[in-house]
Amino acid sequence: MEKYAEQIHRCFRCGWCKFTSDYSDLNCPPYRRFRFETYSTAGRLWLVRAWLNGEIGWSERLGEILYTCTACRNCVEQCPMGFASDIVDWIVGARSDMVEKGRIPPRVARFFEAVYGYGNPLKLLRSDRAAWADGTKMYAPGDEYLLYVGCLGSYDENAQKMAKSLVDVFNAAGVSFGILGNDEECCGNEVYMLGEMGLFQTLVEKNNQKFKELGVKKIVTVCPHGYNVMKNRYPALGGSFEVYHYTQLLNDLIKKNKVKPSRNKAKVTYQDPCFLGRYNKIYDEPRQILRSIPGVELVEMEKNRADAFCCGGGSGNFVMDLLAGGEESPARIRVREAYETGVSILAVACPSCLTMFTDAVKTEDLDGKLAVKDISQIVKESLPAKKR
Amino acid sequence: MPELKFDKTKCASCKAVSCLVKCQYMNLDRNEAKKEWQKLINGEDSFVLETCTTCYACEEYCPFGNHPFYLIVERQEEKNKLAAPRALIRQWVNMCEPVGKFMVGQVKEQALSFCLIPRLQFLATGKLFEDVAASWIIGAEFFCNAVYLHFSRMSVIKDRLPKVVENISRQGIKELICLHDECYATYNSLAPAYGIEVPFKATHYFEYLYNKLKEFKSDIRPLNIKAAYQRNCSTRLIPDIDHFVDDIFKLIGVTRLEREYDKKNALCCGAIILSLKGYDIGTDVQKRNLDDMVKCGAEYCVFNCPACWDPLAANVAKRGIKPIHMIDLCRLAIGEKPVLEV
Amino acid sequence: MGEVYETLVQIVGKNYVSNHQEERYFYARDPGLMAPHEPDYVVMPKTTEEVQKIIRLANDTKTPVVPKGAGLALTGLVIPLKGGIVVDMKRMDRIVEVNEGARYVIVEGGVTHGVLKAYLQKHYPHLRHSVPESPPISTVVGNVVIHGQGRLTQQYGFHSDMVSGLEVVLPTGEICKIGSCSVSPYWFSKGPPMPDLSGLFLGWLGTTGIITKMSLKLYPQKKLKDVEVFVTDREDLVPDIVFKITHTEMIEDMGIWSQPRPRMFADNYHLNIFFTGDTEEELEFRRKMVWHALQEYIDSKDGGFMQLPPEMKPTFLDNPQKSMSAFADLRKGGGFEYSGPIIPMELYPSFARKAQELGNKYRVVQNASGRVIQQGHCMMFSFAFTFNRANSEEMERCRKALHEAAEFGLEKGAVLWKPTLYEQKMMLRRMDQNTINLMKKIKQLLDPNGIMNPGNWEVE
Repeated sequence: MEKYAEQIHRCFRCGWCKFTSDYSDLNCPPYRRFRFETYSTAGRLWLVRAWLNGEIGWSERLGEILYTCTACRNCVEQCPMGFASDIVDWIVGARSDMVEKGRIPPRVARFFEAVYGYGNPLKLLRSDRAAWADGTKMYAPGDEYLLYVGCLGSYDENAQKMAKSLVDVFNAAGVSFGILGNDEECCGNEVYMLGEMGLFQTLVEKNNQKFKELGVKKIVTVCPHGYNVMKNRYPALGGSFEVYHYTQLLNDLIKKNKVKPSRNKAKVTYQDPCFLGRYNKIYDEPRQILRSIPGVELVEMEKNRADAFCCGGGSGNFVMDLLAGGEESPARIRVREAYETGVSILAVACPSCLTMFTDAVKTEDLDGKLAVKDISQIVKESLPAKKR
Repeated sequence: MPELKFDKTKCASCKAVSCLVKCQYMNLDRNEAKKEWQKLINGEDSFVLETCTTCYACEEYCPFGNHPFYLIVERQEEKNKLAAPRALIRQWVNMCEPVGKFMVGQVKEQALSFCLIPRLQFLATGKLFEDVAASWIIGAEFFCNAVYLHFSRMSVIKDRLPKVVENISRQGIKELICLHDECYATYNSLAPAYGIEVPFKATHYFEYLYNKLKEFKSDIRPLNIKAAYQRNCSTRLIPDIDHFVDDIFKLIGVTRLEREYDKKNALCCGAIILSLKGYDIGTDVQKRNLDDMVKCGAEYCVFNCPACWDPLAANVAKRGIKPIHMIDLCRLAIGEKPVLEV
Repeated sequence: MGEVYETLVQIVGKNYVSNHQEERYFYARDPGLMAPHEPDYVVMPKTTEEVQKIIRLANDTKTPVVPKGAGLALTGLVIPLKGGIVVDMKRMDRIVEVNEGARYVIVEGGVTHGVLKAYLQKHYPHLRHSVPESPPISTVVGNVVIHGQGRLTQQYGFHSDMVSGLEVVLPTGEICKIGSCSVSPYWFSKGPPMPDLSGLFLGWLGTTGIITKMSLKLYPQKKLKDVEVFVTDREDLVPDIVFKITHTEMIEDMGIWSQPRPRMFADNYHLNIFFTGDTEEELEFRRKMVWHALQEYIDSKDGGFMQLPPEMKPTFLDNPQKSMSAFADLRKGGGFEYSGPIIPMELYPSFARKAQELGNKYRVVQNASGRVIQQGHCMMFSFAFTFNRANSEEMERCRKALHEAAEFGLEKGAVLWKPTLYEQKMMLRRMDQNTINLMKKIKQLLDPNGIMNPGNWEVE
């Protein structure tokens, strides 16, 4: 990432990054939203280079262009060049440069301040972090899993339902787990993606220390963002544990008959979250869970798996919402696409998707026509009454 | 520079001239054959040089092991009567040029050779290769170079092969398991024919598989299938390993169907013949071979060589026969899934 | 200035106009070697009426207008030489109509090749259009306007030959229908049997108006496709090889290429021969005819068909070829540009040799390739050079190589495709004076204020 400045000239602005694999549709969220070439990956990279070279000065618009990238990785997936896997790293690198120089949009600054001061980007009290938990067991040494709830799961109204459902499902399956409660702190994924490396390092070191002290060997996360950063970044900073996203564990539990969903007739489509799908290649487990529920008919959206269209919540935008406003905001586009499949439920596996789509459904006037539910909620609803 | 160990006195006393009389592509009687062969011995021009399809069969037909095919290749180059189009010769010479890039695994005394064929890395997986899978070599630095027999470039073999042998030895390899039939042929036929010393043991993967299958005998579930065996060009250089096909088949319950184009009358895959001679001759070879497989009632066609797979496997499948590589066949017999599919 | 901006906001809405430094910077440039020239505004209209209003505004205020598709010609054709308004056509992205029986599709000015290809594959799987090798974000109209070529060019000509109707906004603001659609509801012809006015707009690089709709001919999409690669070490044989193959009338497309790396391709000349069929039998018959046509070359050892490893075949059959864009990063520098003279086949050998010579002389990585046009009446020969965008000295060497390539080409009798500014001037210096006068008359008639992509096709 440090070397991004030496590499960033390599973008040919050929535009392959804008599309899905079969070029049937544009798949870059800010490019869909704003349409100017400057909001595409090439625009971003060429402008950062111009800024580094002193050809243009920093401006609010430049900041907006840089921070409206949700880091969904569609460009990484589609770029034909040898450096494709580095693209998002370059953007993060540029962001970290801007952070160091204090040149960031106000919303981004507020995001960092909130995480720093409150341990979450929503600027809600630490003492309220476990308010949703309603007697959920705290992690104690000897528990098999630490259930890492995350900021959205803890504080966001929609995502709290997700966390509760998951806890209920795990309890019904007899999983040995506990949460950190108010001691839980932001995982740092978005802080990293937004370029505040100092804060990121502090968070990770703090979390790693906490896990070590508690003797945590296995972590299961509610949120794919948390899964991603703990799997891919925490080890380099001293983390030593196995980490799973809850869909991996839940799929396993279903296969071993520890969770036995009963009939739940529903036509469902599934949104591949970026941090499970393109980032970590987890495409099958969530689908297997849904298919294991008798009565559920899984219908794919046209753009699925590696071609899934990002909800627009990445890079902190589930709080900052820089891509909001208008019919072409990504979450609204995606719920329209979900609705077009004829399903009644849009299933998600990420609290960011959950909250972005829940809002979008309202804006699109699809309330009552399309429900947005997390997989854990669907599974919980499918459990026999006494098990829930 | 290595020299061919060719003994013209053996040819002088040869009555049958099987090398040319038995050729599947030249229709010569014994007298014509004797005349043309003498020209080649003398270093004169003969139509044999340009008519040769490079199927390698005459190496097997010669009862004296006097390397008639290698002599043909030498003469083709000397007289500039090339077997193949010049551009294709150039392409192959360039393609396999060593570049100083040594691609190796955790090499031990026993190692797998993937030659220059990446897909062999995927074939050599599973239980049968567990012990040795991490120890491998691949790439131009370790390439057997036998392919230049098709391109009238014995000079390239003579230049590159000694260095390849040295490269392999320097890895500390004492036994090289050749997953490509041609590599085994290089170290056991071509190298000795040129007095090139090979300080390591080259084991044919058939032999390796046979021994491994005996080790895992209790895992074998007999396949009970009838198979046509696709005998490729380089087996002509090493006919002594052919019995392993029968040995393996017996162990795993496969019947090697008797057919017209097997054993000494085998037809090669035709891919090189297509490139060298054109559409009609090449497709005719392939058609006769496939018709023969269908006629004998084959359920499977077992391939020895990945290079035969490319031109033939899809066509085999279209004729209702399942193509399978020998390694995959053995894998199937112990309950594993084939890796190579059309 | 303020007036122009405010009017543009009124026309398209605030979200679709910009005079910010960021858009001015980015739209001042393209991926090629041309020096930047900033626009004053970038605007993204949605409808023909919005385009009309923009052009009227430009006329009233004498502001230059540069229509832009994806900007992938690489020769600076959408760089606003004299500032003004860049009209980014991307929001005009409707596929208006497909007439299956007559095999044509009407698209708006911003429809991309990728979307059209995917749309036809999904809704009309037995129809296809000619897809160029440029990235799929390139626009159908933009590519036609520069006389692009693609997969069906060997059979049916330049993409401009495949047009069957236009809707154009003239530089003076009138919306004009060109072709059968000016009389009939059907868009099956761009001119015949009437005076063919389409020639006023095709190849003029946006200097005679903005095409807001285009009808493009569609062709049969067969179920199967395959490719053979014929290789020779003698470039002087290539024209005859092409002649023999095209005589069979059996093939879909033919590309000719040579490149020094990877090593397996060095010092040879390759012909990719594409063919399609609805059945295995048809495919095999076509293959046989092509092989037979070249048997004499196989017999004389002057050429042969290479065995294509199965893992390589999908790359060759890919259309557009993603790997072609990757040429840009060969120098780890994200850039390439090519000069594409259109030549009769007989000139290929000297051009192939020249490409190698230029690569050596200017120490640049070259790729010489070409596409046969309409059964070998001519071909597009591409002198492509890749450069490291962070190395201005290397970029300058590439410019020189391209310049010399263009001069050489013209000297030999080529006509330069999608010419850069200096290539246009080179051609105009050679052009018949009466032809130049005619072009000038047409431009003055259509664009009296000289607002349309000024600088291009301009005679001093």
